[in-house]
Amino acid sequence: MIAKRVIPCLDVKDGKVVKGTNFVGLRTVGDPVALAMAYSQEGADEIIFLDISATNEGRRTLFDMVKQTAENVFVPFTVGGGVKTVEDVTDLLKAGADKVAMNSAAVQNPSLIKESAYRFGSQCIVVAIDAKRFDDGWHVMTHGGKKDSGIDALEWAKQAEELGAGEILLTSVDHDGVKTGFDLPLTQAVVDAVRIPVIASGGCGAPHHIAEVFKSTDVSAALAASIFHDHTHSIKEVKDLCQKQGVNIRAIGLF
Amino acid sequence: MIAIVDYGMGNIESVAMAFKKLGYDICVTDDIPTLELASHIVLPGVGAFPAAMEEIAKRGLREPLRKLAGTTPLLGICLGMQLLFSEGEEGGTPTKGLDILPGRVTKMATQEILPHMGWNTLKISPEYSTFAPLEGKHVYFVHSYSVSTDKKWIVATADYGMNVTAIVKKNHVYGMQFHPEKSGDVGRELLKLFLKEAVAV
Repeated sequence: MIAKRVIPCLDVKDGKVVKGTNFVGLRTVGDPVALAMAYSQEGADEIIFLDISATNEGRRTLFDMVKQTAENVFVPFTVGGGVKTVEDVTDLLKAGADKVAMNSAAVQNPSLIKESAYRFGSQCIVVAIDAKRFDDGWHVMTHGGKKDSGIDALEWAKQAEELGAGEILLTSVDHDGVKTGFDLPLTQAVVDAVRIPVIASGGCGAPHHIAEVFKSTDVSAALAASIFHDHTHSIKEVKDLCQKQGVNIRAIGLF
Repeated sequence: MIAIVDYGMGNIESVAMAFKKLGYDICVTDDIPTLELASHIVLPGVGAFPAAMEEIAKRGLREPLRKLAGTTPLLGICLGMQLLFSEGEEGGTPTKGLDILPGRVTKMATQEILPHMGWNTLKISPEYSTFAPLEGKHVYFVHSYSVSTDKKWIVATADYGMNVTAIVKKNHVYGMQFHPEKSGDVGRELLKLFLKEAVAV
């Protein structure tokens, strides 16, 4: 049976990890490649980098980072943040990313999903959806969760799948940063709306939140950032807890 | 030297790196004389079956690869494994594969969500004892099509609402449906098995 995936997310700016730079045991503080290696050795099933560089210089550093990650990390990794064109997708995949995540640009220009999926296959196209609760349902938010697009999140998820997305990275804007657990109703609603894997994101403040989202919804993967930063909790701790609670998880270690 | 066949279908770098990290010289190439010199040939691949066969044909690699499969240990990974078989149905009309192994590549007949994406466990066929230590180990899959072939070529399967052909082997031709290069320590162990058995042939 396929295992539920535990995915740490790293925010990267100008080639440096901007949060969680005090990871124990690393020689180079803030080095995303070293951090990704440490996470994968601890049992991360996948790694997501979110680039928040605002400058061209920062983007160039990102490509070096992606290349080095591909050379040193032997679990799949996704790169997102600032992906606007098919050329951006091409460059990141060429540099060695396994998947590319697109967000606001795909909302503004849905053909970006179609063209990228056509050229590289659905398996490497992740559509990131930031959703926020309104009276009439969940809306897709753009520009870092600040701008209401007015688009229904469930409809957008379905459309993204039709256009060729291979996976949905779903972030609850309401829960993001609150650390009280994932948005379970939103997560299940999106899982029910599509037939592609969904990654739940936003709201994880403790290992038991990950076990909870796996037990309460049919989501394929859970993403967390802050709980792994500064080594407050380890990935192993999360996986041990999930295993104890009967969640099907990939065991760490070879024999 | 391990030759990685470059036929324009992505994901070559990570496959190359995985072998490099195991201490082998690698060469990414579509040059037939270079392929003939290789100790091992790896056929990677991400993308669609018809497009891949078209690229292979364009480079004049179909017959050379078929011939080399008889003399040089060959490993097909993901789409590269599917290409080893007789025929693929991806894209609507059937496309002829390399036909090194008998079998067909069809859309996965499962109720589960597709693509089959993520870490799934290997179930090793009892007759392949060298693979036995990998029973129940997780490897990373990403695909929507899978191989139907004779049981005797199947080394391992994975359960995804159906029996997914995960590893095949005929003499020194290997196929892995998942990505060993993205499957951490377990993947590395599988690459070593390919390299070790192949040398003994």
